[in-house]
Amino acid sequence: MRTKWLFNLQLAFTLLVCAFLIVPVILSIMAGLTVNYLVGIESGLTLRWVMEVWNGYRNTIFLSIGISLACLVVTLLIGIPTAYVLARRQSALARAIEELLVMPVAVPGLATALALIVTYGSLSGFRTSWAFILVGHVLFTLPFMVRSVLAVLMAIDLNTLEEGAASLGASWWRRFRDIVLPNCRAGILAGSLMVVTLSMGEFNMTWLLHTPFTKTLPVGLADAYASLRLEIGSAYTLVFFLMIMPLLLALQAFAQPRLKKFVAEDDIHE
Amino acid sequence: MGPRVKPGVTAQIFPSPRASSCETRGPIFSVPEETTTKMQRETRRLILLLLPAGIFFSAFFLIPMAELFLIGGTGKEGWAAYASIITNRNYFNSLLATLGVAVLTTIVTLIISGISGVFLQRHKFPGNGTLVAMLTFPLAFPGVVIGFMVIMLAGRQGLIGTVSEALTGDKIVFAYSLAGLFMGYVYFSIPRTILTVMAAAEKLDPKLEEAARSLGASPFRVVVDVIIPGLKPAFISAGAICFATAVGAFGTAFTLAAKINVLPMVIYTEFTLSANIAMAAALSFVLGAVTWIVLALARTAAGGTVAAAG
Amino acid sequence: MSDINPMSIALKTCAKTFADGTKALEPLDLSINAGETVVFLGPSGCGKTTTLRIIAGLEEPDAGGQVLFDGQDVTQTPIEQRNVGMVFQSYALFPNMSVAENIGYGLKIRKMPSSQIRTRVGEMLGMMQIEKLANRRIDQLSGGQRQRVALARAIAVRPRALLLDEPLTALDAKLRDTLRLEIDTLLRSLQITAIYVTHDQAEAMALGDRIVVMEHGRVAQIGAPRDIYQKPATRFVADFIGTMNRLNGAVRNGVFTCRAGDLPWPEAPADASEILFRPEDIRVTESGEASRLQGTIASAFFLGDRTRLFVEVGEKLPLVVESTARRDFSRGEQIGLAIDPRGILIL
Repeated sequence: MRTKWLFNLQLAFTLLVCAFLIVPVILSIMAGLTVNYLVGIESGLTLRWVMEVWNGYRNTIFLSIGISLACLVVTLLIGIPTAYVLARRQSALARAIEELLVMPVAVPGLATALALIVTYGSLSGFRTSWAFILVGHVLFTLPFMVRSVLAVLMAIDLNTLEEGAASLGASWWRRFRDIVLPNCRAGILAGSLMVVTLSMGEFNMTWLLHTPFTKTLPVGLADAYASLRLEIGSAYTLVFFLMIMPLLLALQAFAQPRLKKFVAEDDIHE
Repeated sequence: MGPRVKPGVTAQIFPSPRASSCETRGPIFSVPEETTTKMQRETRRLILLLLPAGIFFSAFFLIPMAELFLIGGTGKEGWAAYASIITNRNYFNSLLATLGVAVLTTIVTLIISGISGVFLQRHKFPGNGTLVAMLTFPLAFPGVVIGFMVIMLAGRQGLIGTVSEALTGDKIVFAYSLAGLFMGYVYFSIPRTILTVMAAAEKLDPKLEEAARSLGASPFRVVVDVIIPGLKPAFISAGAICFATAVGAFGTAFTLAAKINVLPMVIYTEFTLSANIAMAAALSFVLGAVTWIVLALARTAAGGTVAAAG
Repeated sequence: MSDINPMSIALKTCAKTFADGTKALEPLDLSINAGETVVFLGPSGCGKTTTLRIIAGLEEPDAGGQVLFDGQDVTQTPIEQRNVGMVFQSYALFPNMSVAENIGYGLKIRKMPSSQIRTRVGEMLGMMQIEKLANRRIDQLSGGQRQRVALARAIAVRPRALLLDEPLTALDAKLRDTLRLEIDTLLRSLQITAIYVTHDQAEAMALGDRIVVMEHGRVAQIGAPRDIYQKPATRFVADFIGTMNRLNGAVRNGVFTCRAGDLPWPEAPADASEILFRPEDIRVTESGEASRLQGTIASAFFLGDRTRLFVEVGEKLPLVVESTARRDFSRGEQIGLAIDPRGILIL
């Protein structure tokens, strides 16, 4: 049958694409666990490379985790209020602000990093601290937090909900705490996962922003790829996969539409 | 007609005696001294809430970008540095190479993701979810890791080389060139593009296709006349992101080889090796402006919001 | 006797101009008695919701306008300190809270001890007959259930006035009828000052002690439902509420003459170029009965208990006539008509 044939063709194509994406991942995982990748899996499995990475690069792992969590805190603190304001005011000015906030994502990280260096590079205490990298990461991830929260706030009827709470006597802070925040939990969670994942993997800016004392995981990866044997690079990549995998899985589970659809029971009087 | 009073019924509805002393009755009508309007109070509150992000953003993006722009004009070529991307033969060549790779990446990614995305959205078969999960797994890979994936496939110890050597005796290695970079960008762009296409395909009304079929359109005509026009906004926005990423990304090229002549690498070389900060600033400012304009144009064309590139 | 302590509400020269320059409300003066139910009725954009929002404290009147609760100026008091209950068209129930938590929220804000909150919420659930829904989430409720929760939530804090903004508009017709009756019973028993905004004249007629008909930001008429219906002050009110027939003609020698025929005319008023009357004030004459008005049936709709006729009489619009006669009417049929002189209006 013609449609069956078409289906199989598309399926084969999709499987091929899938192979293109996944095969190198598997190869690199294997390489990180084999004694000698050139010889192949017969050379035996080992955790030696992973241990070498752990011994040589564990600081980059801790720094990356630290920066991504700090980045999360900052984006939560300044991103949620921003999203709230943008949701409350649908003016041209609000759109312009949103547009501006997205610029650090549109503009290549290299340019942003250079801009930060030419402006603040002379403040040596700041330049050499991990806060310098944090600033870049916040710039880059903030739009994701704002957008994600904003999307949820736009989907609920924020104005009316707030008016409802106000009519019951709630002050602004009570409304924000009791109504706004709980109702954009989904957006906050999705945004948080996004921010942590992106901060963990950010390289374009970080490569220029880092110093020998502030190497993040991707910076370490680039080092390892450039100067160490393939097995170590692979083992390091494996460590990175292990770190972002839970985040990605959570993100994916979250992106799925909520399957649990409650059907309202018939009105009791109808 | 006066108010209707039927006290008997009320007693049943509020059976409890006056329950609490907590209800605010007394002071609620006190008139505030200030005469600011509700609107003004709210605007003040919103400005206050926007302030942290505003200060951060101004201090660490707007001012640095302005600084970058000014520094771009302080080199030995002065403000002409901004034209050098056209006038300087080397820069112009790398601009062409960058744009070429970006355009090709965009086209190939859209074709691949269009086919697979619509297919996965339309046919729900066992394993569909796994396929989607695998296709979107590399979503958050940084450029360096993408570069390494390309090396695993097409590098000196890569799969393609090994297989080709075994088959033909010829070892095919193309990871460390523009071709490898192109492969990396396609790898990078497929996951997010597929997600965008799937989201758009979900919103396509199947009744439109049924209507087209009922009017006698062949499957091919349905794709051309209904599906592609329906997905056009998604294609434009996803394509713009592919393009912008391919123009501005740096990690992949950095991992593959410093010799790849694309603009981000040129900027990096100017900055670190030649210490020509002014030229690096001018070039990166131009690069940033180009990417931003492409995204802004695409946003206008797609009508919606183009989600930002990663 | 009642826990509700109803208050009077007064608006003094309240006007509203929005930031974009739109004039939503012309200067309005209005007094609402304690315990009274007043319905704001009008087409969308007539200013009725704006007026309600000014009373609630969600909008501020233009400078010079005043809102008085029991004679006290509350113009500058924000809504959260006005102690009014509000019911929204979209219900505005908090999705992050259960039904019981929604109803108890206003009490929690007022720092009522939780045991008392539980008791009060229980009373409210019982009153609205939704006890079984106490622990449901909002997205598990049907539209009618949501509206009951919204009402319960607004009343739970024992507000001094209840403000309802098109509370039934989002519901289907049958449920609207049921809830309209329930709201009527509720307002009657609470003796609360209530302001009800709607564009549905049937709702307005059923619920209002007084109806304020609004048009283009102005009050067209204020009055009891019967007065509004029987003695509309303007053509707009006459047309907006119920169906109105009109005949153009002139009075000559004690007779009103129009294209369809003529009818006897009293001494006063001396002249009229147009008369208006409701469908129930015109009837089809029996065969053999002398009739001075003639028309042709353009369409006839059998409605079960009656037949609605559209009768062509040479005017711009056909007359709407309702007949309870046990007979068939056919299109093109010539019929005689008689108008009850008591139902004739001249505007």
